[in-house]
Amino acid sequence: MLALKDVGKTYPNGVHALERFSAEIQHGEIIAIIGGSGCGKSTLLRAIAGLDRASTGSVSLDNAVITSPHARIGIIFQEPRLLPWLSVADNIGFGLADLPADVRREKVAAASARVGLADKANAWPRELSGGQAQRVAIARALVPQPEVLLLDEPFSALDAFTRRDLQDHLLDLWADTRPTLILVTHDVDEAVVLADRVLVMRPRPGRLFQEITINLARPRDRKSELFDTFKRRVLTALDRSLDRAVRDRADKSNAGEAMWW
Amino acid sequence: MAMTVDLPALEQTAGPAATPARWSRYARPALGLVLPVALAVGWELAVFLGYSNGRLVPPPSKVFATIVELARSGELSRHILATMWRVGAGFALGVVAGTILGAISGYWGLARRLLDPTVQALRAIPSIAWVPLFILWLGIFETSKVALIAVGVFFPVYLGVMGAILSVDRKIVEVGRVFRLSGFAMIRRILLPAVLPAYVVSLRVGLGLGWMFVVAAEFMGASEGLGYLLIDGQQLGKPAQILAAIVIFAILGKTTDWLIEIAAAPLLRWQDAFGARGGA
Repeated sequence: MLALKDVGKTYPNGVHALERFSAEIQHGEIIAIIGGSGCGKSTLLRAIAGLDRASTGSVSLDNAVITSPHARIGIIFQEPRLLPWLSVADNIGFGLADLPADVRREKVAAASARVGLADKANAWPRELSGGQAQRVAIARALVPQPEVLLLDEPFSALDAFTRRDLQDHLLDLWADTRPTLILVTHDVDEAVVLADRVLVMRPRPGRLFQEITINLARPRDRKSELFDTFKRRVLTALDRSLDRAVRDRADKSNAGEAMWW
Repeated sequence: MAMTVDLPALEQTAGPAATPARWSRYARPALGLVLPVALAVGWELAVFLGYSNGRLVPPPSKVFATIVELARSGELSRHILATMWRVGAGFALGVVAGTILGAISGYWGLARRLLDPTVQALRAIPSIAWVPLFILWLGIFETSKVALIAVGVFFPVYLGVMGAILSVDRKIVEVGRVFRLSGFAMIRRILLPAVLPAYVVSLRVGLGLGWMFVVAAEFMGASEGLGYLLIDGQQLGKPAQILAAIVIFAILGKTTDWLIEIAAAPLLRWQDAFGARGGA
């Protein structure tokens, strides 16, 4: 179980990014964290990953406190962040350096086949499309078989078709070993199609606003009425989370609203 | 609609471009030879036809004859070896010092604040200004010459390495952190490959300066070396010998630069740069 207890973050420049965020996430759950810009969702994810230390509170995985990057926690960023000097296969195997070469080769071959890039194993990252590069990043994060996989707006830089394709693909991969997925997104559709629970956050300072459980069977039909109902519930929560912000700062709220629709 | 309009236009440009591409592979380097060859042939003709006596600016045939003559007497290889040895030793020393200090300054903030201002201040001194001091300290023979070349090579390498380390993408370093690389593993697997392209450039700049400084070093009293050939040619009024030495400098400089380039090429194949695709 991943336990977040009163996690807060104030940056050295005084920005209060996150305040007392608590949640308990069971193994194998898929959580989507959604909210307007500046609501601390990336800050939260970086604290869970151990990349930044929380100012207050704690993150613990099965009672082990996380303060630095951990072998059982993987992360996928918004950009693929592939190492340009390594081939696709070497990028996928980057986290397996401790394994003997033949085991590594085997695992990399299986993983690149699993993300549909077996024929690109010897290509350079620059030769890949945006979607292919993100697939390599997913394979790289999954191949050491993390128990928790964090995703920071992983598909937001992709076009709508590729995004939908990769969302389905991610669910498919998740079913293999069922790691815990924590996904930061600003795409309501993405949150509802993937998550068991959607955590809606509100900004300034970032904190948890509402939790919505999506009890829809998978695979989920994006065109079904029930899907729409859940989408509407998330949208309503987001609007309410930003309505408060309207009173705080009127100039930001319009941009936020336009983003949801 | 737009597609049907655009497609024929694309085909039109792609079709004929295919043949010139093959042709231009040889024609493009040849294009660069047109001007120097025309000038050389023009000057040769001018002297041949008696428009000039060619005493101060000897024609190419005379320069070539001088080279052949020097080579035949065995003198040329002696001078070339002396100069190459000096450049080689100075380059090696400068590269080692520049790489180590540049890496320390780039990697470690405290060292940078401690070291960099002094190095930058020293850099501002024209390196030739060290010559009298080096002669006093190290004598008139090889040591002072090698030291001067090493100083010339040191600064571009130092700056190149430090700048390259400082500009490594934080996001890439974070990938290393996610996979729990630390210390040596981070340097070997992330920093070294990331700085390699800039490092190769700094080596080439350093080598260029090395060739520049070897001439200055050999002007300060040498009995052999290509720089000695220059001074000797001036004092004895042999412009053909001066031009011969200059031509050899050009050939050696270009060749050694090219050697670094091909040695580094297999390591830099991944680069997605304008130059890597052959440019325009």
